[in-house]
Amino acid sequence: MNIFADTWSYLTDPANWQGSGGILARLLEQLLLTGTALALAMLIGMPIALWLGHLGRGGFLAINISNVGRAIPTFALLALLVSADWPGSAEFGPYGRAGLATLIALVLFALPPIVTQSYVAVREVPGEVKESARGMGMTGRQQLFRVELPLALPLVVSGARLALVQVWATATIAALVAGPGLGRIITDGFYRSNYPQGIAGAIVVALVALVLEVAAASLQRLADPLRASSGRGKPLSEAGHTLQEAETG
Amino acid sequence: MISSLPSALPGAAEPSCYSRLTNEWICVQYLVDRQDELVDATIEHVLITVAAVAFGVVIAFPLALLARRYPRLESGVLGVSTGLYTIPSIALFPLLVPFTGLTATTVVIGLGLYALTILVRAILSGFDSVPDEVKESATGLGYGRRRMLLRIELPLALPVIMAGLRVATVSTVALTTIGTLVSAGGLGRLIKDGVDNDFRAELLAASVLCVALAVLLDLLLVTTQRLLTPWTRGQNA
Repeated sequence: MNIFADTWSYLTDPANWQGSGGILARLLEQLLLTGTALALAMLIGMPIALWLGHLGRGGFLAINISNVGRAIPTFALLALLVSADWPGSAEFGPYGRAGLATLIALVLFALPPIVTQSYVAVREVPGEVKESARGMGMTGRQQLFRVELPLALPLVVSGARLALVQVWATATIAALVAGPGLGRIITDGFYRSNYPQGIAGAIVVALVALVLEVAAASLQRLADPLRASSGRGKPLSEAGHTLQEAETG
Repeated sequence: MISSLPSALPGAAEPSCYSRLTNEWICVQYLVDRQDELVDATIEHVLITVAAVAFGVVIAFPLALLARRYPRLESGVLGVSTGLYTIPSIALFPLLVPFTGLTATTVVIGLGLYALTILVRAILSGFDSVPDEVKESATGLGYGRRRMLLRIELPLALPVIMAGLRVATVSTVALTTIGTLVSAGGLGRLIKDGVDNDFRAELLAASVLCVALAVLLDLLLVTTQRLLTPWTRGQNA
């Protein structure tokens, strides 16, 4: 099959990487989009989810928000936002055409994993630990920031990691509605029957996705306080296990 | 481009609610006039979804059984499927095109691979959820490996497996829309057409149908599960 050779020559031609519509420019555009959307979603979702988890309220909301998010096609939401009078498909700073619509869709789809995981993370801090904190005379705020948050960190970070994968995928789909990002290389290739270009774009998108996932996974390992310091970690993680069993049983 | 717009249709003497001038989001007249198109797209959507999930189930079961039998394989199977899940659908379909072309097969295989990831995990954790005492009792009663799997483990693992199947089905319905990239997207084709031609009634109708389809299939699976596992009734209610 010739298509593989053509794809390879597309990928190795420096001309395809440079310029305003080149792979590098699109890649930067999508990384900027992904980073901004993830940061915004964390800024909005985490405080609410952590506080609700601390209070132990709103569990129903946290679980159902992700079920609803799954049923709404990303493509449909993007299409609706782009076709609406606001935000529409107008230029938005460095984010390019339909940038604002894409950003809103990305934030909406990043919220469910962040909210759910952060909520569950704080809820699952062992009850004995929380009680001890209260017994030591900690206020609610101290309890949240000094006890619950450090212990919840690994799960919170895993939520951000899930969101990252989701945001990257959605940012690629934005190209289907003439939005910015690497997906444009794919869609342009397919709509002009230039399949080697489409496949080359897909390879870049897939590789960056895998790199982001691996990077996020190692960040998540760093964020685990119990793995970093082996000395004091063990009793706590054991306590965590018994609590989980108690809750599901 | 103009010729494809609804207002240019012959006989549109009075601007209907989906004419170029009004372009309303909700338009019953559109649903009536384009009924055939909507039904065809919905049927295609359902067929792709069902085929993809069925493909996922058929591959996931042997994989999960293998991973359970040979624990060394387990991390490999889970690692590969997680890596696969990381690849956005819009990038996975083009990667399959050299092999399967611009057909519905490409979409079915791609989405089947995503469903597979969810299902393998669900099946493995379903088998893990079977209590050891039950398995021991079955062995004591003289159950062989095969009978134990079919009569004891599978029924008890079913609630967890069905939960995975529901997640897989609902996400497959949503992702089928991306298949429009390779000319097989069911309702996704109408969404694409709606965006390209700024045809709001079509865009909204196709989107709503998509969500409705996901909810409907989910309800169908919940009902099936209730019928298949009568002993869990009343536990969660």
